[in-house]
Amino acid sequence: MNRIEQKFQELKQQKRKAFIAFITAGDPDLSSTGKLVRALEEAGVDIIELGVPFSDPLADGPIIQASYHRALNHGTTVKKILETVKRLRRTTSIPLALMSSYNPIFHFGEQKFIESCVEAGVDGLIVPDLPPEEAVKLRRLAREYDVATVFFVAPTSTDDRIKSNTMAANGFVYYVSLTGTTGVQKAVASAVIRHVRHIKRFTPKPVCVGFGISTPQQVRAIARAADGIIVGSAIVKTIEAHRGRRDLLPSVKRYVSSLVKALR
Amino acid sequence: MTKRLPNTRGYYGPFGGRFAPETLMAVLSQLEKQYAAIKKDKAFRKELEFYLKEYAGRPTRLYLAKGLSAHLKKLKVYLKREDLLHTGAHKINNTLGQILVARRMGKTRIIAETGAGQHGVATATCAALFGLKCVVYMGSEDVQRQSLNVLRMKLMGATVIPVESGSKTLKDAMNEAVRDWVTNVADTFYIIGSVAGFHPYPAMVRDFQSVIGREARRQFLALNKRLPDYLLACVGGGSNAMGLFHPFYADASVKMIGVEAAGHGVHTQQHAATLNLGTTGVLHGSKSKLLQNSDGQVQVAHSIAAGLDYPGVGPEHAYYQASGRAQYVTVTDVDAIEGLKLLSRLEGIIPAMETAHAIAYLPRLARRVKKTATVIVCLSGRGDKDMNQISQLI
Repeated sequence: MNRIEQKFQELKQQKRKAFIAFITAGDPDLSSTGKLVRALEEAGVDIIELGVPFSDPLADGPIIQASYHRALNHGTTVKKILETVKRLRRTTSIPLALMSSYNPIFHFGEQKFIESCVEAGVDGLIVPDLPPEEAVKLRRLAREYDVATVFFVAPTSTDDRIKSNTMAANGFVYYVSLTGTTGVQKAVASAVIRHVRHIKRFTPKPVCVGFGISTPQQVRAIARAADGIIVGSAIVKTIEAHRGRRDLLPSVKRYVSSLVKALR
Repeated sequence: MTKRLPNTRGYYGPFGGRFAPETLMAVLSQLEKQYAAIKKDKAFRKELEFYLKEYAGRPTRLYLAKGLSAHLKKLKVYLKREDLLHTGAHKINNTLGQILVARRMGKTRIIAETGAGQHGVATATCAALFGLKCVVYMGSEDVQRQSLNVLRMKLMGATVIPVESGSKTLKDAMNEAVRDWVTNVADTFYIIGSVAGFHPYPAMVRDFQSVIGREARRQFLALNKRLPDYLLACVGGGSNAMGLFHPFYADASVKMIGVEAAGHGVHTQQHAATLNLGTTGVLHGSKSKLLQNSDGQVQVAHSIAAGLDYPGVGPEHAYYQASGRAQYVTVTDVDAIEGLKLLSRLEGIIPAMETAHAIAYLPRLARRVKKTATVIVCLSGRGDKDMNQISQLI
């Protein structure tokens, strides 16, 4: 069992919900990424998603696109991200998942990528443009090496897709709370709660909700149904606003703490 | 008979597929199912035929270019005159087809990406014809170099959104169009302009463009009682080339040549020769050849022709190349301008900068053939849209 599954088991016993934070690896640079991971952990985050920057992401809104752009301009590569994770693993055992478009993984080589993830201490993979039906090889490898593969359910998913995607998912199921790319928006909580309850009829796996969540109120409302809350763009926006400044880490920590508290 | 491609999962050999965000997966399989039914529907085919004939001006002529043939000596060149279609390029074959599909699916809002602006214009045209809302995404660099096409789209009521992200060209316009679709999938139909994207788009666009090759094959046979030796077309994403090539797929004696843009040269970093210099990767929903760096980041393409300025290529072309069915060559910016001048001077036909790449390869093909050979060139578009740009270059 990997760290992500362990974490959800732990949370279940404690009757708690997971707070999952997304940051882009290499934004503003990789040494900050290391510090940000620790700051997020101190803020009470349960699982961290590290975004692998890509030149042409399809599922990400302007805030995350811009962060990818900054990270790539700083020379961030898959290899350097894995090295950063490896270094981080000396001091933290927080569950870490990589969120990447498929091409950087495909180009790296799926077998080599999974092996390198395991060696570095990555616990899970989230690949937004890789539906389960195109992920046959990656899923087989991930199972073999005990790396969680998270798959998505969207408001547009049919019941057949909900069934097959939740079946394919490991670690947790990622529910996209609005049709659209990532970004800070006002998710309509009641519809989200209805959808999450519907998905949970198909699977005992944890269902986490992301896309468009940025306030403690939203966190509290959606946590009524979901097993976890994922916040990305709002954190990346905070990082962008404070990058290159001494108050970067305290600001991120303060903001994320306010969201985490809404869960407790 | 040949194997039917793509397979049920949208693959052409190892290329193709459907690499899409979950939000789009349901609508893509719905589109696949509905399109499969629609394309067999007689009423749909009649409706499409009607608009292709009465509105777009099909069939287009297959014209023997005597002046050009005499100049080239060993080639008898036939021009498939897609430039004479309404809106001035082959793109309308596909947009008419897709907009009729969109109407049958009850969609009220049309989006599209465009590079040279020809697909954007063709989409705006069809949207105006059927009274549908239309939004076209266009890289801000292309908005600059193709300002006349921007004006045309606006006159027909489309909203043109300049895209400032990435390289500000076709690939970025496509990223934005996909993001729009992910957000507005309920009422919106995305008309992709090339044989690229998520399954079933590459097959659907190919089917709609295949009217080029079906007509050309019939016309050539009627004129010559035999098949041509060569087919020649420019390849960016590859829709006009696939439209010409596909109906000849089983005619083993017919050699197919696709011409990619070499930009400043294949030995520089500034080119769009995806099939010649790219490696396998996934962009915009399908696995194909791709210009990418050693870390799997997509590289910026370059071509004087905005319509060829794309770091990807349709998956079926990657399959044709890998299987040896077609050959893909390259022509530089400089040579393409010569091609444009050549056709203008010898035939009184000014081709689009994209099409000029195919023309520019003819002298090289003439040197390659042993005895006189026949060739059909897809004259995919006319050059009016490029006059601003050309005036600064000549």
